Amino acid sequence: MAATAFTINGKAASVEAEPDTPLLWVVREHLNLTGTKFGCGSGLCGACTVHIDGKAVRSCQISVSKVAGRKVTTIEGLAPNGQHPLQKAWVAEQVPQCGYCQSGQIMQAAALLATNKKPTREQIVAHMDGNICRCGTYPRIVRAIQRAAREA
Amino acid sequence: MTIHIKNGSLDTSISRRGFVAGATSLTFAFTLGGLGRGGAALGATQPTKFNAFVSIAADNTITVICPSAEMGQGVYTSLPLILAEELDADWSKVKTEFAPANPKVYGNYHRLFEGAQITAASVAVAGYFTPLRMAGAQARKVLLDAVAEKWKVPVSELTTDKSTITHKKSGRKISYGEVVAFAAVPAEPPKVSEADLKKPSQFKLIGRKDIGRSDVPLKVNGSAKYGIDVQVPGMVYASVLQSPMEGAKPKDVNVPDVMKVKGVTKVIPLPFGVAVIGDTVEATRAGVQALRVTWDTSGATAAGFDSDKAKEDYAAKAKDSNAETKVEYQVGDVKAGLSGAVKTVEAGYWSEYTYHAQMEPMNAVAQVSEDGKSADIWTGTQFGALAALIISGILKTTPDQVRIHQQFLGGGYGRRIWPDAAIQATILSNITKKPVKLILTREEDIAAARPRPMTHHLLKAGLDAKGNVVGWHHRLVSENVDAVAAPPRFKATGGKDYIGARGLDQAFYAIPNALAEYVREDRGMRVHAWRGIGSGYNKFAAEAFLDEVAQAASKDPLDMRLELTKDKPRANAVIKAVAEMSDFKRKRPGHGMGIAFSDYHDTLSAGVAEISLDQKTGKIKVHNYWIAVDPGLVVQPDHVHAQLESAVIYGLSAALIEQFAVKDGMVQATNFDSYPVMRMSEVPEIHTKIVATNNAPSGMGEIGVVTVAPAIANAMFQLTGKRFRHLPMTAERVKKTLA
Repeated sequence: MAATAFTINGKAASVEAEPDTPLLWVVREHLNLTGTKFGCGSGLCGACTVHIDGKAVRSCQISVSKVAGRKVTTIEGLAPNGQHPLQKAWVAEQVPQCGYCQSGQIMQAAALLATNKKPTREQIVAHMDGNICRCGTYPRIVRAIQRAAREA
Repeated sequence: MTIHIKNGSLDTSISRRGFVAGATSLTFAFTLGGLGRGGAALGATQPTKFNAFVSIAADNTITVICPSAEMGQGVYTSLPLILAEELDADWSKVKTEFAPANPKVYGNYHRLFEGAQITAASVAVAGYFTPLRMAGAQARKVLLDAVAEKWKVPVSELTTDKSTITHKKSGRKISYGEVVAFAAVPAEPPKVSEADLKKPSQFKLIGRKDIGRSDVPLKVNGSAKYGIDVQVPGMVYASVLQSPMEGAKPKDVNVPDVMKVKGVTKVIPLPFGVAVIGDTVEATRAGVQALRVTWDTSGATAAGFDSDKAKEDYAAKAKDSNAETKVEYQVGDVKAGLSGAVKTVEAGYWSEYTYHAQMEPMNAVAQVSEDGKSADIWTGTQFGALAALIISGILKTTPDQVRIHQQFLGGGYGRRIWPDAAIQATILSNITKKPVKLILTREEDIAAARPRPMTHHLLKAGLDAKGNVVGWHHRLVSENVDAVAAPPRFKATGGKDYIGARGLDQAFYAIPNALAEYVREDRGMRVHAWRGIGSGYNKFAAEAFLDEVAQAASKDPLDMRLELTKDKPRANAVIKAVAEMSDFKRKRPGHGMGIAFSDYHDTLSAGVAEISLDQKTGKIKVHNYWIAVDPGLVVQPDHVHAQLESAVIYGLSAALIEQFAVKDGMVQATNFDSYPVMRMSEVPEIHTKIVATNNAPSGMGEIGVVTVAPAIANAMFQLTGKRFRHLPMTAERVKKTLA
């Protein structure tokens, strides 16, 4: 078993895991950062979305060996004290219900706002369509992203 | 359910005893019991427990115990809010803790559950409303009595607000936290009655639009803990290749191959599947991938079941006048009503199996004690008390020895009523003698699906010369959900299917002769409660058929519903409200408009769909959905809107997309590619309205699901002139109907 070294939420990490271990399980079970969720294991739902070097990636679809030397950000590290404009907007719009998919939703949305400060509704929907919310909080997710874009 | 484990450590037959037994007393048996330290003056370090539901600490923190599961429906906030209202608490200092599984203290005395501690049927607020108000009022009374005695003033001169007691005459004030530093909770707690409770006009917290949900901040920063997030020292991981149908047992298993997978420590064939134990999740995943299993299906009722081929039998049973039926609803004489009619209408409806698709796959962490006589279970469950009961049977101990540590639920919708993951994790912990974290893969979660049943409906209606409905006959053919999900109740009621038959009645429509009945199919599927339960398909059939009846009577579908509900003012009001919101009678070129009405466990609702159709592909596009609801008194208005949005989307998904077939007894879907659910791009504008009344509060978790499918079917008729009688209305099915 090899150790893989990478940066997670600004801190150096070295993890003993099989090289083909999905990053998801490394983050959740080896590093105990459980905000990133397991939903489908096949890149179909977006619950496990994290950032790698600033880009939104499904952590169930990338092996830990592929993140060696790279910067991984999870929901826990998105902003100090959970005060990212999206997180504040998510509270203002009362988005989460069961809440299970919301870390992935927020990470997916954060990658959009990082490159597109004022997305249109169509751009938001196109960017977010890979993330399932079974509670159907979609209308509030759209509103929260629009609010964050406005207030950021 | 019967569990036989052959490795020597377990050989247990258990039955699902007692819960929701159905025949027990209806007496309101609420107790504020559970006083830990009655009579003792308490120091400032320990919070003072006033009753089973509320404690107050010297720093003014108020802890309220939430007896229900939080799965997005909002009880983590709404139930404590109800108590805090009567306590006159400072809401900013109120914290929520989940109750242990202890139905004697925390049971729900709603008429549906009679004291069972279960979170289902959208009756948490309805069932706990009065008990929690009493608990809050009682704690307030203790605080007031203590201060009156200390200050030597009459209680009547004291007032409360935001966790502070004031004596206006002398200008003295004291916080609840200061009171608990000296106050004693009397051994005999003061009596409170409904007369002590506030009038709705006095509410300070209930009904406030600006109070958010307490769990929302935890759910935007990753800190909310779900069952899948729990880690305990020394635990091992497990994955279970689930038996593809109830009763199928592993026959041949390539154990040596799987044991070669790095990190796999055990491969255990069990009556419910094949467990792979390992040091890491990834090892158990790789182990399951490497499994090759043949199944012995000789004991499985579902063996050979084909949901498409079975439709012929279902259709025959619907027409068979000798079929054994259970009556769900009966008024007048339906035979006379139909035979005396000048015009009759008849149609058959269908719905396919649907899967809950809760985003958090089933999971649990279990730690059985060394002597095997007690266990700790960490999981998110709608029915922890049932988990404790079943697990106590497996361990040959008592339910109080099974400690359920409730976590947030990553979706429930009925799936987390049945505690299969907790049971399996317990059995594995007992075998391995270690704490076990079991996480099903999505594929396993679907293989172990507890679906909404496939259903068939035959409806007949009769009209008199004036176009009045004089006869209504609805026959449902399906597997009985109670038979699988609530066997004791099923037995006690002589085979009544409460869950599956919900919504067959026509209690809100003035139809003089009506009969609603059902015929049982037993196909061995693990059919279960699914958001909206029977109402989801029964109201689809009934409300879509009602539009056929309106057409035969040459009546407008809205006018007909208003006429049928003219003696039911609450029902009439929601129909009127939604018609007004949607401007229902205004024609939209190229679009269709459809309406439907439904009740659900005392909540009333009407919905309108505006749709268009891609004639080439058969794909329905829903542009707008309007919904009006009367849930009685509203505890959290913004969250009522949120629940409606949520349920409408769940209903849209079921109406348009969701289904699975069964072949050879096995679910024909594996993940979100073969079982798609609604995504953001397909969601219409949703317009919600609360028609508030001062009736007792009723539930909001499911009602929004129910009207969606019939409203869309009715809109499709307006647009195309064709009837769409089969759920889901997929593009493929729509094209066939149009052809």
